[in-house]
Amino acid sequence: MSSDQRLPVRRTAKLSIGGQFPRSESGRTFEVWSRDGRLLAHAARASRKDLRDAVVAARGALGGWASRTAYNRGQILYRVAEIMEGRRAQLEDELRDAGASDPAGEVSRAIDRWVWYAGWADKIAQVAGGANPVAGPYFNFTIPEPTGVVGIVAPPEPALLGLVGRIAPAVVSGNVAVAVASERSPLPAVSLAEAIATSDVPGGVINVLTGSPSELVPWLAAHMDVNAIDLTGCPDELIADAERAAADNVKRVHRAGPAEQHLSEITAFVELKTVWHPMGS
Amino acid sequence: MSELEPVAPAHPVMPPWEYAPAPESRDIVRLQDRYGLFIGGEFVEPKSGRWFATIDPSNETVLAEVAEAGEEDVDVAVTAARSAYVTAWRDLPGSERAKYLYRIARALQERAREFAVLESMNGGKPIKESRDVDLPLAAAHFFYYAGWADKLEYAFPAMTPTPLGVAGQVIPWNFPLLMAAWKLAPALAAGNTAVLKPAETTPLTALLLGEVVQQAELPPGVVNILTGAGATGASLVEHPDVDKVAFTGSTEVGKQIRRAVAGTNKHLTLELGGKAANIVFEDAPIDQAVEGVVNGIFFNQGHVCCAGSRLLVQEPVFEELLEKLKVRLGTLRVGDPLDKNTDVGAINSRAQLHKIGELVASGVEEGAVMYQPPCDLPERGFWFAPTLFTGVSQSHRIAREEIFGPVLSILTFRTPEEAVEKANNTPYGLSAGVWTEKGSRILWMAERMRAGVVWANTFNRFDPSSPFGGYKESGFGREGGRHGLEPYVRLEPVS
Repeated sequence: MSSDQRLPVRRTAKLSIGGQFPRSESGRTFEVWSRDGRLLAHAARASRKDLRDAVVAARGALGGWASRTAYNRGQILYRVAEIMEGRRAQLEDELRDAGASDPAGEVSRAIDRWVWYAGWADKIAQVAGGANPVAGPYFNFTIPEPTGVVGIVAPPEPALLGLVGRIAPAVVSGNVAVAVASERSPLPAVSLAEAIATSDVPGGVINVLTGSPSELVPWLAAHMDVNAIDLTGCPDELIADAERAAADNVKRVHRAGPAEQHLSEITAFVELKTVWHPMGS
Repeated sequence: MSELEPVAPAHPVMPPWEYAPAPESRDIVRLQDRYGLFIGGEFVEPKSGRWFATIDPSNETVLAEVAEAGEEDVDVAVTAARSAYVTAWRDLPGSERAKYLYRIARALQERAREFAVLESMNGGKPIKESRDVDLPLAAAHFFYYAGWADKLEYAFPAMTPTPLGVAGQVIPWNFPLLMAAWKLAPALAAGNTAVLKPAETTPLTALLLGEVVQQAELPPGVVNILTGAGATGASLVEHPDVDKVAFTGSTEVGKQIRRAVAGTNKHLTLELGGKAANIVFEDAPIDQAVEGVVNGIFFNQGHVCCAGSRLLVQEPVFEELLEKLKVRLGTLRVGDPLDKNTDVGAINSRAQLHKIGELVASGVEEGAVMYQPPCDLPERGFWFAPTLFTGVSQSHRIAREEIFGPVLSILTFRTPEEAVEKANNTPYGLSAGVWTEKGSRILWMAERMRAGVVWANTFNRFDPSSPFGGYKESGFGREGGRHGLEPYVRLEPVS
């Protein structure tokens, strides 16, 4: 039997929650088609319950992730880049099927983005924090700390780079993420989640949901255990309602700034803590 | 505990300390009968045609009538601010903006006593505090941010800052002038113009600041001051030509403002309520800790968003600390805010007095044990005696809700882990205090407090160079320091 007669094994496209790959508890899926009309997958269509499960998993992972040394977080995120490099072919295929204009270039940029943000892990505090020269006999310093659980609405395009560009700056400072992937092109997000799961990222730090943003965003914005929300990929008609819902627990709301990759994307999800202590002999 | 000897008072009972009255003269303040709105560099009559009385809360006498800005007045003020932004302020070299702010700082220093007396008259806070805390810090804030005005390009790595436009700023009644300084100084330094809405009960020092702004010859419209109540604030926040909203006040109103600006692209920072834990470990320097606890909750009658309103004491020192606290409470002098010996002044308003009374009643009703020192309160005005609660559980309202008054809830803990758990068990996250002689424990605790300011072996310290602001439902954004500029600039990556 020649190789082209062999029937390929198809992958089930599932959610990524707490380091596991469950189907939606709702049993729902949605069809994913290639631009040339092939049925690629029945992707899991996450429900409100899946979203809540993801938030619980994220909250559970926060303490461990935030308390790792910055050096360690940097190494782990660098390893995501290493693993993605080995999966280029799969990611490029998926982007090509999704109609991306430059699949190879997008994969390269996504990998490089992990490397860029990974390097920030142990530099954020020195650039964003500092010692404050107060007018009195006190030692006073300010340090950045993670905000907590960050909800992310990834842009529809670019499906891979857009998602990496939102997740990486959120988690590098010690936050954990629940990301809603591109509805139009969910498969690169599924593969990214698989790459992350085979890096050393602890389960629950990065959770990826596929499905419908218009269905999930209102719950993500209103969830009382989500501390911040990145609405970069949020459909325009949902933004005002999401911002109103975010008021209930004073969520930090962010939309990507004008720079594609920047320190400001990291500092959007840090809290600044200032500590005072008297000086004396 | 029954087998133990009764605990002796930590200090011998103090001899009665008599203080002769030492009132600061009110004569330095020249009050007008009526104050208009400060718009476009002039004090003008309100188009609303409405006025309201502002009082001295220590004796309920009317100090002056103040204009109530209506929607039309807000529109005129925002238009004046926009015009000043476009024609005068935005394009002024930073070095020139700086000199205007230095002028304001200097004027506040020169007229400090007048401002301090007026602050105490209108707000009820002890002259000792308005003179030694509010005024020096307000002047220092303008001086600090003046220095940033021509150095903005050094403040944000790889970013070019530009001003946002018109800032609508709504401030509370607990530090009226200081909050005006916190809001105006960074906004103006960064090149914005401002419409400031002082609190309903404490408009007078903000209006006097309007006079300072005139005397400093700022271009008309750069600073506008609208007096009024909640409706005026709401009109300002919702005005479509406001680019930036900054609010200090209650979490409840902060959430309303968040909802009001949803979907508008307005920049927003919120500095909201708190329920700070002040944590005393068994190895703490107890006498210093007692002073810190007293300062933490009775400073400014407890009208402080970062007040140390929940005292967490490690069990072995609970009895000793409580005894010393009670003795110390007995020495607090409650009364005339203008008396230089007064420690605790008047409650800011009748409404606030009711709120404090209601929460204290709930504490008694829910089973906590109340202690108040013998204390003669004046007959007129709004007063509340310094109050402690023991036997407080975490579910009690007095342990969960911001009282914003001179009321301390005391809880105990055994291990550092338990202290962390209890301290963070609140939707708020503005400040925290830690008292211990062990350096490693200070840093361990400081790291675990989910709060924007941690005071270790001190409490309630403020400085213009020190960022201040909350975690969680205590708000977002920082005031003070380099970080305090960020809410007032648009950042574009350096190309």
